[in-house]
Amino acid sequence: MQRVEGEIKQKAHELLKSGVVSSVLAWKKGDLVYDAAPAFFKSPNALEDMVYNGFCCSNLSKYLIEKDSENEKVLVFLKPCDTYSLNQLLSNHRVIKDKIYAVGIGCDGKIDIEKLRAKGVKGILEIEEDGESLKIQTLYGDETCVRRDILLEKCLNCKGKDHMVYDELIGSELSEETALGDKFSQVDELEKMSSDDRFEFWRCELSKCIRCNACRNVCPSCTCRKCVFDNPHSGVNAKVNVTDFEENMFHIIRAFHVAGRCSDCGECTRVCPQGIPLQLLNRKFIKDINNFYGDFQAGETVESRSPLFDYNFEDIEPNVISKGRGIN
Amino acid sequence: MQDLVKEKPFKPLVVSFCCNWCSYAGADLAGSSRLEYPAEVKIIRIPCSCRVDPLFVLRAFQRGADGVIINGCHPGDCHYSTGNYYTRRRMAMLFSMLDFIGIEKERTRLEWVSAAEGARFASVMNEFVGELREMGENKRLGDIRCKE
Amino acid sequence: MQRIGAFVCWCGSNIAGTVDIDAVTKSAADEPGVVYSAEYQYMCSEGGQLAIRRAVEEHGLTGIAVCACSPRMHETTFRKTAAAAGLNPYMVEIANIREHCSWIHKNRESATEKATILMRAAIAKLNLNKPLFPGESGVVKRALVIGGGIAGIQTALDIADAGYEVDIVEKSPTIGGRMAQLDKTFPTLDCSACILTPKMVDAAQHDNISLYTYSEVDEVSGYVGSFSVKIRQKARSVNRELCNGCGDCITKCPVKKANSEFDEGLSKRSAIYVPFAQAVPNIPVVDRENCTRFKTGKCGLCEKICGTKAIDFEQQDEIIEREYGVIIVATGFKPLSPERYGEYLYGQSPDVLTSLEFERMMNAAGPTGGVLKRLSNNEKPKSIVFIQCVGSRADAKKGKTYCSKICCMYTAKHAMLVKEKYPDIDVHVFYIDVRTPGKNFDEFYRRAAEQYDVNYIKGMVGKLADEDGRLRVIASDLLDGKQITIDADLVVLATAVEASPDVRALGTMLTASMDQNNFFTEAHPKLRPVESPTAGIFLSGVCQGPKDIPETVAQAGAAAVKALGILSKNKLIGNPCIAESNELLCNGCSCCENVCPYGAIEYTEKEINDHGNRNNRRVAQVNEAICQGCGACTVACPSGSMDLKGFTNRQIMAEVDAICRT
Repeated sequence: MQRVEGEIKQKAHELLKSGVVSSVLAWKKGDLVYDAAPAFFKSPNALEDMVYNGFCCSNLSKYLIEKDSENEKVLVFLKPCDTYSLNQLLSNHRVIKDKIYAVGIGCDGKIDIEKLRAKGVKGILEIEEDGESLKIQTLYGDETCVRRDILLEKCLNCKGKDHMVYDELIGSELSEETALGDKFSQVDELEKMSSDDRFEFWRCELSKCIRCNACRNVCPSCTCRKCVFDNPHSGVNAKVNVTDFEENMFHIIRAFHVAGRCSDCGECTRVCPQGIPLQLLNRKFIKDINNFYGDFQAGETVESRSPLFDYNFEDIEPNVISKGRGIN
Repeated sequence: MQDLVKEKPFKPLVVSFCCNWCSYAGADLAGSSRLEYPAEVKIIRIPCSCRVDPLFVLRAFQRGADGVIINGCHPGDCHYSTGNYYTRRRMAMLFSMLDFIGIEKERTRLEWVSAAEGARFASVMNEFVGELREMGENKRLGDIRCKE
Repeated sequence: MQRIGAFVCWCGSNIAGTVDIDAVTKSAADEPGVVYSAEYQYMCSEGGQLAIRRAVEEHGLTGIAVCACSPRMHETTFRKTAAAAGLNPYMVEIANIREHCSWIHKNRESATEKATILMRAAIAKLNLNKPLFPGESGVVKRALVIGGGIAGIQTALDIADAGYEVDIVEKSPTIGGRMAQLDKTFPTLDCSACILTPKMVDAAQHDNISLYTYSEVDEVSGYVGSFSVKIRQKARSVNRELCNGCGDCITKCPVKKANSEFDEGLSKRSAIYVPFAQAVPNIPVVDRENCTRFKTGKCGLCEKICGTKAIDFEQQDEIIEREYGVIIVATGFKPLSPERYGEYLYGQSPDVLTSLEFERMMNAAGPTGGVLKRLSNNEKPKSIVFIQCVGSRADAKKGKTYCSKICCMYTAKHAMLVKEKYPDIDVHVFYIDVRTPGKNFDEFYRRAAEQYDVNYIKGMVGKLADEDGRLRVIASDLLDGKQITIDADLVVLATAVEASPDVRALGTMLTASMDQNNFFTEAHPKLRPVESPTAGIFLSGVCQGPKDIPETVAQAGAAAVKALGILSKNKLIGNPCIAESNELLCNGCSCCENVCPYGAIEYTEKEINDHGNRNNRRVAQVNEAICQGCGACTVACPSGSMDLKGFTNRQIMAEVDAICRT
């Protein structure tokens, strides 16, 4: 991916200089190697700080929202999974295609720093990515690691190597599909539990919520100008979770509002500081949609219509579902 | 004091959303036919079952409802042609999610009741309240601040 | 802050018998916003309404909560009372403590408790009510009738006679429709053409009617009062202004082998043709698929012979854009093709005909000049078998589930006509049931069976077999319980009435709903049978379901009256309880637009002033004239910017809260 970094930097340089775009949305070097963060670059000189490595996991598509009003064109780099989100944003008219130049870039899975830390790797200085193995220089000497073991949860549910929407591709031939088995396996496991155990599981998880709103803010499908939970006129606004109920309600509604539009990019889980497996709620909706209304992948095309905004005369009845038929 | 409360038979609180054109008229017919169903059922009139936002359902539970039932026109009979088809999908999703996080699925229900089905309206309400009585109080999705 | 008056009705003993009126009235006084509460024996009576009006005046009320019977019963009454008292009529809420309370609960204590809660919910909602004002929209005083059969003609004539302009759009080159193809009509046996053609001429000559034949509706937008329609007038290749209808071109045309649609393919016509002698307008059309000139570039005889230089091979389709206040659908039907039923040998034996083909054959102007004969050998048949319910009353996989309604009667007519002309021919009719509701219908059928000696057999035909040129009909006789065979020379199939499948596209254009059989759905099956659920769209004739001619004409007239109800108004007053978008909150995401059953939501780019921050945004706008107020959009909207007036999110949540308050 080092090669890709060079090429995309060059592309950014070229388009900025020629004036085709007036800013570049990419990842910026942080203080530490694993701190790469989304950033806009407005001049060729600023591009020095641009990086693309195993820690560039953020889905940049959400940052494109409302850029169109600024009357400028933005160059954005998108990994295959990020392009689903872009399509979704395009179909919801939250991003205007003419105002962006999308470059699809190769990806072989991104690294979960927490997983590295859990392996006891500390004081990371530099990481050399070499296919399946990682060489890590730390303050305390060199370490090696198998890539697959420290991939982000979302990469273990990788949607594949193909970009759904792009103006140009760079290094896509270097992409690796990193999915590990069935993405619904955790949902299945929960479904098999008794109602009491499920309740217990979610109480334990959701009670950790500190209502920091990171899950909401990072989500590329959750794009309201003003969230109902922030709007004093909505009748449901709240800044903190005071009770169990509010924890439940916030997360149910958060997932419901993106049901049929969630492309399962996994950013909600990745950013949750409390480690709540939030994507399980979204994935439950996805699984239900697939089961009841036919397989659907949000963001596969711009034209695709959310199953919740659609119907069939013969749709399954909720009462039939709750009586046990319909759920595997 | 607590013992005294326990001795009283449990009366579940039921919020019943009825669409104006079919189910509300069905409930009216149950009334004019003098068909009894428990007084625990309180009806809210809405133009179409598709007006029911999941937020309303959760709100009812928050405020202490023990069950929520949404009633609409039979598929194909919607006054607005297709409104209830959206309801069916939305509520299928919502109810399944509530079940997924461990809220008893018997507490939520979607029924189709036509303006002619007064008897059915009464029997559906009787059945629903009966189930809720057996299940007892909604403890899993209530807001402690809204309790007595 | 509202100043609410709560009024509790006894409804004689209907409510007071089980509900403690006094308790409800007293506790209403404690509810937020309530400044006055009272009870009365009959709130809906003059006295009750007067009491409300007085209270509004004396206590300066801003809203009225009535605890009484169902709002479906008296909401309108109390809204009028409010208006009479100078309040906005939408500042009224009803707590239904009769149908939903006193009538179903016997225990006084729990009924009173419930009535109190229902009262609370109504007041909680009323506290959030705002005055609502129905929108007004103008009416284009012109009607569009789609389809120029008897239904369309009748509707157009009725509207035109009332003084409004009407356009008829007809797909084929002439108006007249199916009725023009018929020979005689039941139950009077008068000649179809004799009663139809004068109406066709009336329509053509009426000052208020414009005919667009050989035309189709391409695009429809807008809403009741102002529909905007694009009509495609297909190229006839004949200049309508120049043609004098002499017919020389038709005689001269060397192509004589095209199938005549009018004769159901039983005769041939030329490439330039008029469908039948009395066609209106009497202007030929070039069938470009069969015309040598269009196929090879050679010929052009018609152009040479035409004295008025009316032939125009270069003619293009013309798009006409027009505004209409109302649209009447009169697209009629087509007979189901029985080819799918292999057992009846249709298409395999020339002696198996559909009823409509038979109708043409019986017609003096038809393909055989009205002479009944076997098309296989031109001989007169000795025995004819009619088979009823071909494709009707079948299961959905095999045909149509419905009864086509007209077949019993026209089969009786056919049988009678055969016997009248050829008493020596044996006529057998296989039926499942003979259905003859209608004035003089059963008498007609009995005449066929009894006086004309038509052999009616209750039973189903299993199959036909071609036995040396004769058709062996193998059937079961259900009354005798045995299998029978009849050797027939001619078999006539009473095929089902079917809506043409291409009307579904029209239904989508009109946002008018259709059933699974492609018949247009009426707004109410009993009480609004000629209106579509979409405002401003009316249904005339068989497009709504199978009908005979008298019923079609009656429905056509009814549709005209309903349409006139709109055309005669200068302004349309809408329902104010409709969706409304908060532009500041709107994401422009199109979620609402995707679920609107009426296409009432449009998006526009608009400069929005968001607390001093001005920028252009894509925002949803609800067309007040189209929105019917279902609320589907409000739930699809994730940001809560779409709300429903009269049933807002806050109002419904307030009701929920009030009900759950213990």
